[in-house]
Amino acid sequence: MSASLVLILLMAALYAGGVYLLLGRSMTRMLLGFLLVGNATNLLILIIAGPAGLAPIVADGVEPSEMHDPLPEALILTAIVITFGVSAFLLALIYRSWRIARADVITSDEADVAVGGADSSMDDEESTEAEDGSGEDTEFEGRAEAKAP
Amino acid sequence: MNALMNSLIPLVVLLPLIGAAGALIAGRRPRLQVTFSISVLSLVVLTSAALVYLTDQTGGHAVEVGGWSAPFGIVLVVDRLSALMLLISSIVLLFVLVFSVGQGMADGDRETPVSIYHPSYLILAAGVFNAFVAGDLFNLYVSFEILLVASYVLLTLGGTQARIKAGITYIIVSLVSSMLFLASIAMIYGATGTVNIAQLSVRLGELPADIQLVLQIMLLVAFGIKAAVFPLSFWLPDSYPTAPAPVTAVFAGLLTKVGVYAIIRTETVLFPGNTLQTALLVVALLTLVIGILGAVAQSDIKRMLSFTLVSHIGYMIFGIAIGTVAGLGATIYYVIHHITVQTTLFLATGLVERQGGTTALNRLGGLLKASPVIAVLFFIPALNLGGIPPFSGFIGKLGLFEAGAQAPSPLIWVLIGAGALTSLLTLYALMRAWSLAFWRPKREAHEEESPALDRIEEAPEEASDVQETKASPRIMIGATVAMVTVSVALTVFAGPLYSMATRAAETLEGPADYISLVFPEGGVS
Repeated sequence: MSASLVLILLMAALYAGGVYLLLGRSMTRMLLGFLLVGNATNLLILIIAGPAGLAPIVADGVEPSEMHDPLPEALILTAIVITFGVSAFLLALIYRSWRIARADVITSDEADVAVGGADSSMDDEESTEAEDGSGEDTEFEGRAEAKAP
Repeated sequence: MNALMNSLIPLVVLLPLIGAAGALIAGRRPRLQVTFSISVLSLVVLTSAALVYLTDQTGGHAVEVGGWSAPFGIVLVVDRLSALMLLISSIVLLFVLVFSVGQGMADGDRETPVSIYHPSYLILAAGVFNAFVAGDLFNLYVSFEILLVASYVLLTLGGTQARIKAGITYIIVSLVSSMLFLASIAMIYGATGTVNIAQLSVRLGELPADIQLVLQIMLLVAFGIKAAVFPLSFWLPDSYPTAPAPVTAVFAGLLTKVGVYAIIRTETVLFPGNTLQTALLVVALLTLVIGILGAVAQSDIKRMLSFTLVSHIGYMIFGIAIGTVAGLGATIYYVIHHITVQTTLFLATGLVERQGGTTALNRLGGLLKASPVIAVLFFIPALNLGGIPPFSGFIGKLGLFEAGAQAPSPLIWVLIGAGALTSLLTLYALMRAWSLAFWRPKREAHEEESPALDRIEEAPEEASDVQETKASPRIMIGATVAMVTVSVALTVFAGPLYSMATRAAETLEGPADYISLVFPEGGVS
């Protein structure tokens, strides 16, 4: 099977960028990371399908071996729809979190910190920082609109 | 017989989906909606019961959806394992729905807004059932997505700050696992040219061993995140406890078990031969021990139960790693036991939360006097999970240990020891919770001084604010009593059930039985 080097490099770049963004604490970055990883996976399926061929329509004079395999494209379509739906839901959640707490970052779990005791002082700092709404990781810092009722 | 199965198998997916649509249409008429969703799930229970009976007679059946024959069309396959999983999960889903209806009637829409809750719940049910009957790897992926998207909605119901925070963690982790699963499907398709599970079991075996290993590990990691296997279990105790009580109950009972089911299929049908036995045993050992140590350290009942949930997944991975018929049979019995008991415990905790106003152990006290019924309803499943004879937890663990002793190796003996230790520590954690919340007089709840409680008292105060206490309506108590009865029934009917689980395991011994269901005429390549 032959595969396009450009596509493979693109997929690798998307995966790398996506994983990097997913590891942040900002929800907006996580969403962007998820979109990149999702598209990287779609590209992977496309690469797996091999080089492009003729449309898979039965007609006179067309051998099945010249046709393109339609199944991977069906898989990609399904995956795109799922990614789209989940992104919309994530956007709604991020907006909701922004309305309630003006926070775009995920803080450490309170109960984890409590059970962990003194060892988790670093997490404590980060979570108080985030509660102020002035954490460095948030994209919007102090430019928030008035808090919604 | 086959014509009957042909119409029954799609029903388990179709009924909840139709129910979800109907519940959405009836969104403004709660009474109609409740009647509708409960009757739909009751029908699924009846259908699954019929399927359990029929598959036990015939060994199973595959439906070619839309008349396209395998491997080109999508097949739905029900064998003994699928049928058992369908039956127990539909029973659990039904009783939890009744519980949440009771809660909704008592509290109004705040915790479970009926108009969204019922459709999402039924779609979750459809996803779970579809995962159990999927005979096609991509269909399995789609059913995971169906149940996950519904679970995102259920977990963030009401959209409070705590739930959004927990929800984001849960969603991102689930998405990573889904992407990993999708990438492995892409690679498997690239290597074999099919996504039909029965055909894959033949073609994957023809691949070079190292490629097989990569594909197997990718699938196991994707399913391991969903099943909350250590070290992929960190997300679970942070996300489950914030959801409404019935949602936590059904998530804890079912969602991780869908992951375990997928691991069983991976290890028996797709990649038979148990090549990763040592790795699975080590992972099972770590899941058991680290999970239960986490549970012992918790000061909140819900979080403690979430950690025991993680820990007990270790028993199931242990059984899968043993790989013999006895090991798999014990695993199947243990999965059924654990679905029931873990759900019951979370429902009982929901009642505790209403009665005591909190689930923080440093605030609870005197509940035995206030509500002896809840005390009993928590006590029975607690003993059961801890593995006290004669309950089903004891039978399942004994079965696992026996299966391990029949296939001895030093690591398996270590695991048997770790399993016994985990069982004792589970009992310790649950009995401590019970005696603090129920046995201790209420006035001692704030003046208690003991070294064991020092750490608990450090728990964040604001996180465990005591809310107003409310009496529990009869429906909620009734649903919990029904679940306790089901869990006791697993003990009473342990003989027939255990032999059925063993028969289910016999068909999993190699992929041959599964292949013959999908391709009755043979000739698959």
